[in-house]
Amino acid sequence: MINDLLNDVLIQAQSGGTFWMPPQASSMAGGVDVVFYYIYWLSVFFFVGIVFCMTLFVALYRRREGHKEQQTASHSTVLEVTWSVIPFILVIIMFYMGFKAYVDMRMPPANSYRISVVGQKWNWNFQYPNGWIDGDLHVPIETPVELVITSDDVTHSVFIPAFRLKMDAVPGRYNNVWFQATQEGEYPLFCAEYCGTDHSNMVSTVYVHEKGDFEVWLEEASNFVDRMPPVEAGERLYKIRGCAQCHSIDGSANDGPTFKDIWGKMEPMREGPDVLVDENYIRESVLEPNAKIRKGFDAIMPTYQGKLKDKEITAIIEFIKSLKDE
Amino acid sequence: MVTTTFPETEHSPEQVHGDNYINHSKGIMSWLVTLDHKRIAILYLISILSTFFLGGVFALLVRTELITAGPTMMDANTYNKMFTLHGIIMTFMVIIPGIPAVFGNFALPLMLGAKDVAFPRLNLMSWYFYIAGAVFAVTAIVMGGVDTGWTFYTPYSTTTSTAVIPVTLGAFILGFSSIFTGLNFIVTIHMLRPPGMTWFKMPLFLWALYGTALIQVLATPVVGITILLLIIERALGVGIFDPSLGGDPVLYQHFFWFYSHPAVYIMILPAMGVVSELIPPFSRKHIFGYKFIAFSSLAIAILGFLVWGHHMFTSGQSTLAGFIFSLLTFSVSIPSAIKVFNWLATMYKGSISLQTPMCYALMFIFIFGIGGLTGLFLATLATDVHLHDTYFVVAHFHYVMVGTMIAFVGAIHYWWPKMFGVMYSDLMGQIAAFLLFIGFNLTFFPQFVMGSHGMPRRYYNYMDVFWIYHFLSSLGSYLMAIAFFMIAGYLVHSLFRGKKAPDNPWGAATLDWQTSTPPIHENFKETPTASDPYDYSDWEYDAEIEGFVKKKAATGSPA
Repeated sequence: MINDLLNDVLIQAQSGGTFWMPPQASSMAGGVDVVFYYIYWLSVFFFVGIVFCMTLFVALYRRREGHKEQQTASHSTVLEVTWSVIPFILVIIMFYMGFKAYVDMRMPPANSYRISVVGQKWNWNFQYPNGWIDGDLHVPIETPVELVITSDDVTHSVFIPAFRLKMDAVPGRYNNVWFQATQEGEYPLFCAEYCGTDHSNMVSTVYVHEKGDFEVWLEEASNFVDRMPPVEAGERLYKIRGCAQCHSIDGSANDGPTFKDIWGKMEPMREGPDVLVDENYIRESVLEPNAKIRKGFDAIMPTYQGKLKDKEITAIIEFIKSLKDE
Repeated sequence: MVTTTFPETEHSPEQVHGDNYINHSKGIMSWLVTLDHKRIAILYLISILSTFFLGGVFALLVRTELITAGPTMMDANTYNKMFTLHGIIMTFMVIIPGIPAVFGNFALPLMLGAKDVAFPRLNLMSWYFYIAGAVFAVTAIVMGGVDTGWTFYTPYSTTTSTAVIPVTLGAFILGFSSIFTGLNFIVTIHMLRPPGMTWFKMPLFLWALYGTALIQVLATPVVGITILLLIIERALGVGIFDPSLGGDPVLYQHFFWFYSHPAVYIMILPAMGVVSELIPPFSRKHIFGYKFIAFSSLAIAILGFLVWGHHMFTSGQSTLAGFIFSLLTFSVSIPSAIKVFNWLATMYKGSISLQTPMCYALMFIFIFGIGGLTGLFLATLATDVHLHDTYFVVAHFHYVMVGTMIAFVGAIHYWWPKMFGVMYSDLMGQIAAFLLFIGFNLTFFPQFVMGSHGMPRRYYNYMDVFWIYHFLSSLGSYLMAIAFFMIAGYLVHSLFRGKKAPDNPWGAATLDWQTSTPPIHENFKETPTASDPYDYSDWEYDAEIEGFVKKKAATGSPA
């Protein structure tokens, strides 16, 4: 077990992290960590001091044969004021350091690259200036990126540990935050505000691209539906646009019906007659998910009206067709 | 006027010798309609330990589920209900009422040399409200539970299909129980102090209860109103918090934390009060810096009302609001630090006994030390953005809240002889305390590390890099469970086989130890005169009765 723990610490260290912190991959991360370690070492100092005194007193003055307590002064204004004022000064410094770094986080530079972020149960939609919506966050390195964050249903929260960044996605309002990535690589992005069943699967990846590579990626991503065969395009959309969170493709149970071998079947509904799973039913289920709900499932799917284009829905239909057992 | 509120008693005078509050009258009804604060304390003790058991079972289920990433023994929806129920039960039914309802009720009138609290009927009613609220909430759990987290954040709580209304109504009713207790304590402390007890001669536990009572009376109505608004929105579709109805979800967070942050001090202040009562007698030293400790309780109670916004640094609230709330939050850290330093100074050059209650007091300093210092990371804006809603926060508030439970268990061990007239095995007590200490730290320390690495809270599934921390944490939770069962075991054993307790086993100088054990129905044969509650020079150890007695020469000397 100790080996496992050491091994784990080693992995953290290799990936650029420390015992306490994940790797630093944004221009803000270093500053946050400086504040963190200032508080950390002060805390260690005070905690060790307190426990040392406590242990020392217990050892020196433990009740035993022949030991008698010695009444000392029961108050000392000088002492009291000293140990009130010194911590006071230390925490004011703490406050100031934290506030300064916080103001930086909240003030995006004017030339930032804006990406709009919409949270919904249980995936993220990152929309780029050209209109392309992706389920992962792709950003160019060394470029200020501003996220304009909101939610379609309940409150979510964008959390990128490697960037030391977090901002709630609140329905009905837009929250802005910015960062500048400094390390190429892939970093996890979590939903940090509890949002129900699949909260813990509302995880995306942040891809930091080298200069130049980002534009290539965006060009490729924006057009793949036109270039790829519909089945492959549908599979890619299935993975990045949030279908995979609730619909399995191997027949296993999840929050929504599995896509495996569903095409062309008559399926029982919660209300009304059985429905044939065909193009029209799938299209309706994407745009108006709660119109007809399969028996045994809840009305929890958000609508994709305005988020998926017709040709994208067609690709997804082709992908579902391909999952039919031969 | 207030003294006449003491209930009429029916006992005959010759019963007084050997008579105590437990055998004073018999039958289940004599307990269920009792107006005796000591019996109400016992009723609360039994009910709170029952809910604590229930909350603990949910905690163990949560930790067991997290032993592996992905499904271990339940699905995501069940897991979400488990951590919600754990949170609701532990905060609203265990820790908030905990120390005031049990030990406040038992010790406050005794410490004042009074016959009862100012309003004994209100006191009994508060227990019935507690039971009603708990039954309401537990019924809702049986009916399907709730999956919102104990914070009931909108719009999730207004849209989920689970039983939000019955559970929140339960919390609403529990709020009345809390208000009644607080009101009773304020009036009792103002009106029923004995001759010789000025404000600055009160035991510090009473200062802590007084500060707590102020928060209970002033803050609890706010959460009551908030819950009603939530219910109105959910049941009638009136748009208050849900943006799709024209409401504002962040408004709910403001309302909720306006109560729930002060509620943190409802939870921790009485614990600090208990520790202030434990350290001096077990060190045979006068408490150091009495006035600073007393005023720090009031300071925490008042400042606690001004810091709720630090729960919303990432909600999109303005930078100015962040500035103000962060600064004010730091102001609470100073009075807390003062208390810790004063406790240490009290121990200096004392004669320190490591009997079980003292073990818990020292454990509290250790655990609250970590809980308090890690609060600094969360009060600081830049670091809170990273740590908010991660396991770092979970670990932080468990170091504080379970700190309260540590003080609660310490208080059980301290007042147990007075409550039931029996002694438990001190050796067993020390072993269990040690186990609990190891188990607690093993459970919660790894959570700091995974939290700062980015493990979000309320996650059913997690990335493999976090596994080792979750595994250690679950292991620790089992150790804690073993320790709690051990404690329950030897305490119950002591009820039947325990040695008879002396009147004052610890040599404390507060008035609660200057009556018989267990106390008689009317607490004192005659109203005692108060002297310095931390002056131990009059008390000496008598090996024959294994307890402390007042020196002959000192009896009757003026205060």
